[in-house]
Amino acid sequence: MFRTLPNYLKVAVCVKRVVDYTVKVRVKDNKLQTANSKMSVNPFDEIAIEEAVQLKEKKLATEIVAVTIGNKKAEEVLRTAMALGCDKAVHVVVPDAAAEQVEPLAVAQILQKLHDDIKPDIWILGKQAVDGDFGCTAQLLAGLLGVPQGTFASKIEVKDNAVTVTREVDAGHQVVELTMPCVLAADLRLNTPRFPKLPNIMKARKKPIDTLEVAKLGVDIAPRLTTELVTEPEARKAGVKVKTVDDLYDKLHNEAKVL
Amino acid sequence: MLRFSSRMLGKVLVVAEMVNGKASPATLSAITAASQIGPVTALVAGSNAKAAAEVMTKVQSVADVLATAGDHYDHGMPEEYAPLVDAAVRTHGYTHVFAGTSAFGKNVVPRAAALAGCMPIAEITGVKGEDTFVRQTYAGNAITTVKSKDKVKFCTVRGTAFERAAAEGGSAKVADLAALPPVKKSKFVEDKLTTSDKPDLTTAATVISGGRGMKSGENFKVLDELATLLHAAVGATRAVVDAGYVPNEMQVGQTGKTVAPNFYLACGISGAIQHVAGMKDSKVIAVVNTDEEAPFFQIADYGIVEDLFKVVPALTEKVKANGP
Repeated sequence: MFRTLPNYLKVAVCVKRVVDYTVKVRVKDNKLQTANSKMSVNPFDEIAIEEAVQLKEKKLATEIVAVTIGNKKAEEVLRTAMALGCDKAVHVVVPDAAAEQVEPLAVAQILQKLHDDIKPDIWILGKQAVDGDFGCTAQLLAGLLGVPQGTFASKIEVKDNAVTVTREVDAGHQVVELTMPCVLAADLRLNTPRFPKLPNIMKARKKPIDTLEVAKLGVDIAPRLTTELVTEPEARKAGVKVKTVDDLYDKLHNEAKVL
Repeated sequence: MLRFSSRMLGKVLVVAEMVNGKASPATLSAITAASQIGPVTALVAGSNAKAAAEVMTKVQSVADVLATAGDHYDHGMPEEYAPLVDAAVRTHGYTHVFAGTSAFGKNVVPRAAALAGCMPIAEITGVKGEDTFVRQTYAGNAITTVKSKDKVKFCTVRGTAFERAAAEGGSAKVADLAALPPVKKSKFVEDKLTTSDKPDLTTAATVISGGRGMKSGENFKVLDELATLLHAAVGATRAVVDAGYVPNEMQVGQTGKTVAPNFYLACGISGAIQHVAGMKDSKVIAVVNTDEEAPFFQIADYGIVEDLFKVVPALTEKVKANGP
């Protein structure tokens, strides 16, 4: 039977375990206080997973591999990814002490190594992780692999061996067409992620996770950026609450002089 | 602001972004940040590189302009741009590559860093030394100073953290940089830009934003009227963009735009961490919300617990009566 390539797409998604986005992180003694914080899947990665699952549901993809790089506990985000519809998972295990300092470049270099094994047609990552706020990993991976990138994606269409990506840019949207393999980075408006269903959570417990020790990949994960200082942002001076619009106008006009 | 230029020995390449024939505001801020490190070279590329180079020579603090002619550099495609940046770094020995934090800068700079095997530093808000930079993490809840071990420092620069270099008064020299053959793995299809007669959100002196309390896209008219009078830009929260009330480029926050105007008027916005991350460096913040428990009141200079549909039109009338 004649088959066009898009029917056989393999998609890899990259998932990060981060401090839940609703938690307000504190700084103490030149350190971030993240111990015992609630952890979750990075919100943008949930969107990446959802997009991969939708590609599978549209019969454009046949297999989805979820990848995470992190300490032992990071396994839980892979279970979530599989409960949402990913078929397989790869966990690159990083020792606890080093796990918090793995930078986007090292992540991209690890994913580059995995690329040869997984051989995905499309990588989907989140556009940024809400902890480091770097927003660099997808671009770094695409650069290392020498493949095109579709960052800040709000719409993805796969057709005839090409991926058309609508990107959120400063003044609206930009549409680009990419050859495969390619790396995409999901923006907020790409989709609305679903919640995992209980039976799927149970089933996901039995799905296989391929575990690799980071040391065996031959990637130097020592940070290139050393943190010299961490502080909390300066607190703003307490403001005033006014009772009437007249008061508000008066304050803004005469005191702050902004109206 | 402290100036280190006399002590620092960097040589900075600023990847310039041109918008409507002018250097973008983000590029001008990046030039200011770059000038604290050493002599600044601006890179322009595209089918009208010559005209762009002419514009860049006049920008304050720019010493040299590299111009690359080639229509494959139009539309800022990173697959074409990153190898060009990498080639410029290898030929001319730049120690730093800077660009503004815009969709263009965020797309191109990390890819160029990958080609050089370097770790990019996103959205710097301060330059402490030639290898030491300040940036924010966790939605602006932590201010981090990082020191880079990389040979070349690839940074995007947060526009609101640095003054913009003056567009006139400079006198840089222009040199040609040879174009590379097109990579052709990606193709520009089209731009779907929203035209707006209002000032640019990221550079406006006054920003008026609406949140879920606006209840509909139609209701943004109420903000528009005051914004027009004040020559202000109108912003929004993720919630209202997601609801389809307003287009995505109006989103202020951790994953939208970062603004730091003189005056930020927040209407019907609760003040979630993610929104506040994009505007908390505003000089004066006023909050209008019917919920007196809204977290936004904690950072507001002025707050009023009242319906925005009463407050905003009343303010509009008062501004009309008294002049802005």
